[in-house]
Amino acid sequence: MTQALDEIKIGGMGASRKRVEDNRFIRGKGNYTDDIHLPGMLHMEILRSPVAHARITRIDASRAWDIPGVHLVLTGEMMATRNLAWMPTLSYDTQAVLATDKVRFQGQEVACVIADDPYIAKDACEAIEVDYEPLPVIVNPMQASEPDAPVIRDDKENQAGNVIYDWEVGDAEGTDRAFEQADLVSRLQLHYPRSHPSPIECCGSIADFDRSTSKLTVYMTTQAPHIIRAAVALVAELPEHMIRIISPDIGGGFGNKVPVYPGYVASILASILLERPVKWIEDKTGNLISTGFARDVYLDGELALRRDGKILGMRMRTLADHGAFFSDAQPSKFKIGLMHSTFGCYDVPVAHLAARGLYTNKAPGGVAYRCSFRVTEAMFFQERMMHAAANDLGMDQAEFRRINLVRDDQFPHRTPLGFLLDSGQYGACLELGLKAVGYEDFLRQKEEAKKNGRLLGIGISTMSEPLGAGNSREYDILGIKMFDSAEIRVHMTGKALLRTGARGQGQGHETTWAQIVAHELGIPADDVTVEEGDTDTAPFGMGTYASRSTPVAGAAIAMVCRKVRAKARRLAAHLLEVSEEDVEWELGRFYVRSAPDRGVTIQECAMAAYSNMPDGMEPGLENNAYYDPPNLTWPFACYIVTVEVDPDTGVWDVLNMVAVDDCGVRINPMIVEGQIMGGLTEAFAMSSMQFITFDSEGNCIGSNYMDYLLPTSWETPGFELHGEVVTPCPHHPIGAKGVGECAAVGGPAAFVNAVMDALKDTGVRNIDMPLLPDRVWEAITERHDVSGAPPVRTDG
Amino acid sequence: MTIIYEETGEEGGTQIPEQRITLRVNGRKVVAEVEPRLLLAHLLRHGMGLTGTHTGCDTTNCGACTVLVDGRAVKSCTMFAVQADGREIGTVEGLATQSELHPLQEGFKEEHGLQCGFCTPGMMMAAKALLDRNPDPTEEDVRWALSGNLCRCTGYQNIVKSVLWAAGELRSQSAG
Repeated sequence: MTQALDEIKIGGMGASRKRVEDNRFIRGKGNYTDDIHLPGMLHMEILRSPVAHARITRIDASRAWDIPGVHLVLTGEMMATRNLAWMPTLSYDTQAVLATDKVRFQGQEVACVIADDPYIAKDACEAIEVDYEPLPVIVNPMQASEPDAPVIRDDKENQAGNVIYDWEVGDAEGTDRAFEQADLVSRLQLHYPRSHPSPIECCGSIADFDRSTSKLTVYMTTQAPHIIRAAVALVAELPEHMIRIISPDIGGGFGNKVPVYPGYVASILASILLERPVKWIEDKTGNLISTGFARDVYLDGELALRRDGKILGMRMRTLADHGAFFSDAQPSKFKIGLMHSTFGCYDVPVAHLAARGLYTNKAPGGVAYRCSFRVTEAMFFQERMMHAAANDLGMDQAEFRRINLVRDDQFPHRTPLGFLLDSGQYGACLELGLKAVGYEDFLRQKEEAKKNGRLLGIGISTMSEPLGAGNSREYDILGIKMFDSAEIRVHMTGKALLRTGARGQGQGHETTWAQIVAHELGIPADDVTVEEGDTDTAPFGMGTYASRSTPVAGAAIAMVCRKVRAKARRLAAHLLEVSEEDVEWELGRFYVRSAPDRGVTIQECAMAAYSNMPDGMEPGLENNAYYDPPNLTWPFACYIVTVEVDPDTGVWDVLNMVAVDDCGVRINPMIVEGQIMGGLTEAFAMSSMQFITFDSEGNCIGSNYMDYLLPTSWETPGFELHGEVVTPCPHHPIGAKGVGECAAVGGPAAFVNAVMDALKDTGVRNIDMPLLPDRVWEAITERHDVSGAPPVRTDG
Repeated sequence: MTIIYEETGEEGGTQIPEQRITLRVNGRKVVAEVEPRLLLAHLLRHGMGLTGTHTGCDTTNCGACTVLVDGRAVKSCTMFAVQADGREIGTVEGLATQSELHPLQEGFKEEHGLQCGFCTPGMMMAAKALLDRNPDPTEEDVRWALSGNLCRCTGYQNIVKSVLWAAGELRSQSAG
């Protein structure tokens, strides 16, 4: 009797398979963009504006041209003669490539130099003379809204002020009625400060235009190579089939490497003009000061509450600071992303959201940093609001959530703002989290500690978020639908090559996608090579961000394997000399139902596809699949943090950090846990120390690692992770849900709620992130809310 | 290393100064002619093609460029190549032997201590400097020793486990 294959042993689903990617990274043999060297390659550096808002009255690059080793100096004026000074953004706006009339944020690209090496290019940048005539600066949306505020985007026709959009969803009248019936209304106003994903590797590109073939190849730090190919075809007016975008190894993305940046466009133009490869690698200052930042949204909302704790309605207004250009990569129909996913996991009957976006004199962006398209803001508001409302009601935090969480028997659950949540065991996750952290014990400890003047606190954050954009009815970017793809070729010896339209930046796709193949076809994962990132070979996909890859590309992989298995079944029937109806499948093997010992392996079927096909069958064993997901997936998380706050200094220490994540079926538990820990660290970072702010003149504070505080191994707490609750996704072929961003989405509120809980007796309702010690101290000592970004201190 | 510059300016443009240095990199002797302002990190990456050492910031904070200089962990962006004259440099490429990975490399794979891999060479070199002087570190020792190396992906917990795994492996190798 033949033994069935052990799925874990062959590296199938559920195996904590060691990572394939590691083999090159641990040897220092990664292939990141700056590691690539092409013959004849030149180097590009960018000159950036030192001021936030000013007219350019003069640019003189003559001294730069004179430096030996300089090949080209590009200015906005030169770009304009080729219609390249401005480019379209992924949000139907335009963005300056190189400034022409004005600069609109500190750090904006003004000119670039292409030279023999980066040192010479930097020397030449310093030799370019630019005269600026300063204009009044706008550093927040409130200033942008003032009647006499200067119009930042005076380049746009019909742009009267600084408003980009007004958008709303939900039932305003029904919500008003619910509020009229409330026993209590809780209100909270928050600022989610500007942050930046700041992967360690900065952005960059190597553009290589080959005149002899008319083909443009661009190596680029991009999470979405196919989107870039389409954008380059549009902007550079080159035919799509003559553009090849190669995304090599990426040193972290987190949404920072999705937008099209001026540096990419300038390097492409330079390569076309010089007919040589041109490499542009930005420095960290360039990355922090000019590329896609995250958050910077004002969140103002209310809950209508019944005395027994039931939420009757929710109302929310958001004000988003988009910087000088609206360049977010997000589903085009939703101006504020998926902010309206807020309160989805609670049984709220009616709700309304109104959103406004404004231009300011800051770098463009907003949607980035593991945000799932603004769901970080949505869930931060949700859980901070829940915390405040529970206190307003005088209710226990856990009990308030129990009363309102969607129950297991209420699925599918349609939210008042338009989402359909299909599955979950929210109550079980909450109870598991409370048990793991020792909730009741901690509350007792907290009371005891107070007697000794010690402040302990516990914070809960529960949420479900929409991952896996998305269905073609509602989701597109600039009209291109957000499906994804997979292509598999099984060789004659049963080994396979899999390519997808995703592009990992550390999520371990080379490891986990092979595990799906092992699960579906019984081919050992070690026998499957996975490739992504080259638009000449990869099937079309919308890239990897917003935790969409397992939900969409992962589904495509399962579907393509099933197409291959269906053909393999016909080959098996032929080899076994029975009809197809008599053939059964078990992992890696087809057998005769009535004589199970008679079977053929998937490898034997593969060989037959090349050497022994039935009459009329096309040879070979390969296929592709494009997957349009029927819905988003809805993982659920319960994060609980305990802290002790020092009342004399405001310093707070994390005592315990418990994370319960139900993300459906886990392909590789080790990798899932790694993603969660990374997200929790981002949550800790934003809640405790990490932020970017601006002084009144628009100077960016936080544009280098001296000022922008990232937690190190020393500050970062340990994490206790739980994955015992598994609610498979009912519509995903392998029951999986997205998870990569959950901890960054749900985590921050847990940390903040814990500190606020420790300060409960002061009556302080809110301290805006980051909860730096001096802000916590201020709240404790002065007993008032601490709102807004930390003020910029000036010397003297 | 000779840098060839194209003459794009007038005849007899500014002469770029160069200094001759001799150093050992991963045990091999190297002779190079470098600009005095060339950073050690750039000599390694672009002059010698040892791209395993990465650059991630411009203020010496991130530690992605960490190498060993005479056995001490040093951020190679904080040194000029001329300052490495006469010194022993160890990079990630020198960790493995012909046939075997260094236990640190194995440990990072065993304990899932990397995701995007960009901070990993620097982490391993800083960890090596720690383990060379303290073969039995506590978790606190490891976290302190690595506090000059930033990681955005892992949350550090598995990096610490990787280093402790390697420490255990090295101790049993030297005992056995």
